[in-house]
Amino acid sequence: MKRKKIIGNSVRFALYAAVAVFFIWAISNSYFDYIFSQSDTFLVLLRQHVVLVLVSSLLAILIAVPAGILITRPKFKKVEWVFSNIANLGQTIPSLAVLALMISILGIGFQTAVFALFIYSILPIFRNTVAGIDSIDKNMIDAAKGMGMKPHQILFRIELPNSAYSILAGIRTAVVLNIGTAALAYVVGAGGLGVWIFTGINLFDNGFLISGAIPVTLLAILADYILRKVEYIVVPKGSRRVEKA
Amino acid sequence: MISFNHVTKSYGEEITAIDDVDFTVEEGKIVVLLGPSGCGKTTLLRMVNQLESITKGEIVINGENSKDLDPIELRRKIGYVIQSNGLFPNMTIEENVMIVPDLLGWNKKKKRERFEYLMNLIGLDPKDYGKRYPHELSGGQQQRIGVVRALAADPPVMLMDEPFGALDPIIRDKIQEEFLQIQREVKKTILFVSHDIDEAIKMADKIVLLRDGKIMQFDTPSEMLAHPNNEFVSQFFGKDRAIKSLSLHTVQNLREVIGLGPVDEAIQDTKTIHVHQDLRNTLSMLLNQEADQVIVKDEQDENIGTITIDMVQKYLHFEIKGKMSASQEG
Repeated sequence: MKRKKIIGNSVRFALYAAVAVFFIWAISNSYFDYIFSQSDTFLVLLRQHVVLVLVSSLLAILIAVPAGILITRPKFKKVEWVFSNIANLGQTIPSLAVLALMISILGIGFQTAVFALFIYSILPIFRNTVAGIDSIDKNMIDAAKGMGMKPHQILFRIELPNSAYSILAGIRTAVVLNIGTAALAYVVGAGGLGVWIFTGINLFDNGFLISGAIPVTLLAILADYILRKVEYIVVPKGSRRVEKA
Repeated sequence: MISFNHVTKSYGEEITAIDDVDFTVEEGKIVVLLGPSGCGKTTLLRMVNQLESITKGEIVINGENSKDLDPIELRRKIGYVIQSNGLFPNMTIEENVMIVPDLLGWNKKKKRERFEYLMNLIGLDPKDYGKRYPHELSGGQQQRIGVVRALAADPPVMLMDEPFGALDPIIRDKIQEEFLQIQREVKKTILFVSHDIDEAIKMADKIVLLRDGKIMQFDTPSEMLAHPNNEFVSQFFGKDRAIKSLSLHTVQNLREVIGLGPVDEAIQDTKTIHVHQDLRNTLSMLLNQEADQVIVKDEQDENIGTITIDMVQKYLHFEIKGKMSASQEG
């Protein structure tokens, strides 16, 4: 136990040290200067990035969660594999390819980027919704039925609260992935912090590269943190422990 | 009252899970469905609250054919307990217990009173336990909650599917006693599934012994032990069924038939036993005894006599073997 703690602490310390060294290096070379010298452009790019992520993630949640619920109803149980495979297929296509394909259909711009990101976010949410509902003890559902609960009461009082942890974990994964992938939106002319990252790559300018990449990273960490807080509020106290065990 | 009228369930042409089952659970009695696994006892139980369909025949519950009732309404009027307690982890104990009253739209005050009454019935403090979650309770406590949850809306009929099957023997014994105590107070009509012979003998007013979906025998436990209908029944209860049947008799029964021995005040090394102790436990105590004399005490804690192994044997011979030999002759 003590040894585990020592290893854990030293890994954590090494990580913090690496991050600190990186920031000292970046700041001493004034790589973050663009954020302050071109703060108007930075805020526009940041806003574009956040809007891309929000719109595509919300669309994905609105489609994937109900789809996951629908597919776990007894009537649709038999076709579950069809939809799971379609969703899996969506994930296996490289994100750049999805973007390229979408350009030929939707042209370039915001809607193309949103659509590609949306396609990309569906799978983790859908898969976790299905897995969460499927993992509920069948005896529990049997007891609910035997006590005279109607199907919608079983869904809203038993199934959803007890799979909330899994569903939210799927949403968290999707959003965090989405923030990173949204940097590619630059390719289809939808803006976002990817603009600075790709400019940095093209010009061999570490300043642009880091001024774009670090905010994306921080955005992802922030989103993860916020969604964990949401999880704590939404997941019922009694089922929280079960998931963690 | 639950009447099974020639109930049959089959899957396709080939497989018959339940074959022309016909018996009645009298009002306020416990009938145990007993049999080896795969005999159809759980299926039969689940046909009562329409979790399983009926192919032929009918089940009449308190004068109403179950087919004519809405399944949702029907289930809310029947208490249902399953082996793995089926408590909902996202709800507190109070919310769990009050599910059916909640579905029936009881008001807050009525629910609160009912919850307190039920928790007192099983000896758990309603204030302390109401706000807890199922995972914070022990297995035995969870199962008790499972039982009172089924009693919550005061249904006249209860279905219990191996409710104590997952508990360890000591806790199981205690909860069985406790449940019989509750049953004496609430007098529900109960259909109870078990694969445990001792549990069936202890809990049942009558036992339905099933094999491959057919009734082998429908009788009181003592009749079934004394007069097995056929080879299967006697084999199922085993060669020690005479000893098993002792658990249906108490020291008091023995006292009424053959009386007790006199107490020898000179002997110092004694053990005592209560007059309402069952004879099976008494016998095992007698076999284990290190004392020279076992004294029987009554409710007032007065010594009323002594008991020996010979006396149990004599009683067994008169009461049980007597019946058995009679049945073999007949």
